Amino acid sequence: MNWVNAIVQGILLGGLYALFACGLSLLFGVVRVVNLAHGDFAVLAAYLALVVITTTHVPALLTFIIVAPLFAIFGYGVQRLIIQRSLEVSPLTTLLVTFGLSVVIQNVLLVTASADSHSFDLGSLISASLRVTPELSIGYVPLMIFLTAVVVLIGLQLFLSRTAMGRAIRAAADDQEAASIAGVNTRHVFGIAAAIAFATVALAGLALGSSSSFDPNAGPARLIFAFEAVIIGGVGSLWGTLVGGIILGVAQAVGAQIDPSGGVLAGHLVFLAVLALRPQGLIRARLAI
Amino acid sequence: MLEVRNLTVRHGYLQALTEVSLTVAPGETLAIIGANGAGKSTLLRSITGLHQASAGSIRLGGRDITALPTHARVREGIVLVPEGRRLFPSLSVEENLLVGQSSGRSGSWNLPAVYQLFSWMGDRRREPAVHLSGGEQQAVAIGRALMANPQVLLLDELSLGLAPTMVRRIYSVLPGLVGRGMAVLLVEQDVAQALRIADRFQCLLEGRTTLEGKPADATTEKIEAAYFGLTGRAGPGSAA
Repeated sequence: MNWVNAIVQGILLGGLYALFACGLSLLFGVVRVVNLAHGDFAVLAAYLALVVITTTHVPALLTFIIVAPLFAIFGYGVQRLIIQRSLEVSPLTTLLVTFGLSVVIQNVLLVTASADSHSFDLGSLISASLRVTPELSIGYVPLMIFLTAVVVLIGLQLFLSRTAMGRAIRAAADDQEAASIAGVNTRHVFGIAAAIAFATVALAGLALGSSSSFDPNAGPARLIFAFEAVIIGGVGSLWGTLVGGIILGVAQAVGAQIDPSGGVLAGHLVFLAVLALRPQGLIRARLAI
Repeated sequence: MLEVRNLTVRHGYLQALTEVSLTVAPGETLAIIGANGAGKSTLLRSITGLHQASAGSIRLGGRDITALPTHARVREGIVLVPEGRRLFPSLSVEENLLVGQSSGRSGSWNLPAVYQLFSWMGDRRREPAVHLSGGEQQAVAIGRALMANPQVLLLDELSLGLAPTMVRRIYSVLPGLVGRGMAVLLVEQDVAQALRIADRFQCLLEGRTTLEGKPADATTEKIEAAYFGLTGRAGPGSAA
């Protein structure tokens, strides 16, 4: 390990964090919901992928074709049936409801899938890497995750800026009542935003299962990293989640280079420094323009 | 035709509207006048579905729409230009207009038609809506409402915060809209402006109709009395 290597690995790790963070950011930016179950939904998606792999023998990396659309539908339902109702009571209720969902998911997984940790069997791919220099090699899996994050962010940006539904989502995020006056069915639009957020969280869960291991209680830690990425990058900014994710990833990798057990702590310190010095985040908050 | 019958609306314990009735026919302009807190905006917001009626009914072309949510009423053709304009700050002028199409109503209003109505708007369509002046933003708000091809256009305090010349310019587009058969229901604090443009007017005081009639038939004294509730109330329907 050297410094360049630490930074490169940190950047790639940032892709995973961005994948976790963009759904959180989207749901907060549009529906004004802080989804405390975000990490747990990712873990749930990873377990769902395990079921898909064992029943259909689809290769682990292709499970997203099944899991992401299922999660999109699931997200639409969760938004319309659970989150929307709590939103109409109060923001605090929404926070409690998502916290409750987090607890429920963890315990249901614990009961049905035991506390064992799992990871996807990727065969020889897991250790394959691109050797750039003798000291620097880039693993295929982290690279794929990073590229997935970039593709997802580009896709989200294009969707939000170019399509009628994307426009309606941004309008509803700006002013829900004005959007309904303009003829936008805001509940449906929020459902679509949640569906997209859940599809990205499914991808994040699959990325988690491909790059490391997961167990029923792995969600909350992922939620914290996603929060940190969102806040470092700037709340409501999609590209900010990639910037935030990369900064967090690099801080953790460099921290671990200094002291093998100091990685996570270094990430938290950078997060706290950003929160203290630039609480609005590094990228100006606005949805995709 | 829009027909509101005995509409009663409550905000908590406060009764904002009491048995208000009105009708607006295609090609007609009805002005609602009244002092602050008389219930004018509440009336428009209730017709749009932003407030729920506790009694009474709202019909459009004979169809009862009292229970429909706001976006569904837009689909039926009831479109509000809200007080304070309420443009989407992170969207460009053109995107603001396009959101007005969300209901999917067809008709003659589209981007070129709006750019023709407000000739300056096309050149500035890519600018963020918040960069425009108050009067220009009001024009975009009207354009956004027109994009829904309304049958009934509800205008809430168009003149608020605008210079008098701008107010006249904004109101100068109305006759053209009414001429195409649109019904216009407008709320205006500037009574003189409202009476100049309207075919009929209705005065609200504390949530009740105190006077209605044609502007030409109403004397200033009668309107003042109905507006402020100074002397004995004129009963509904007692146009001078």
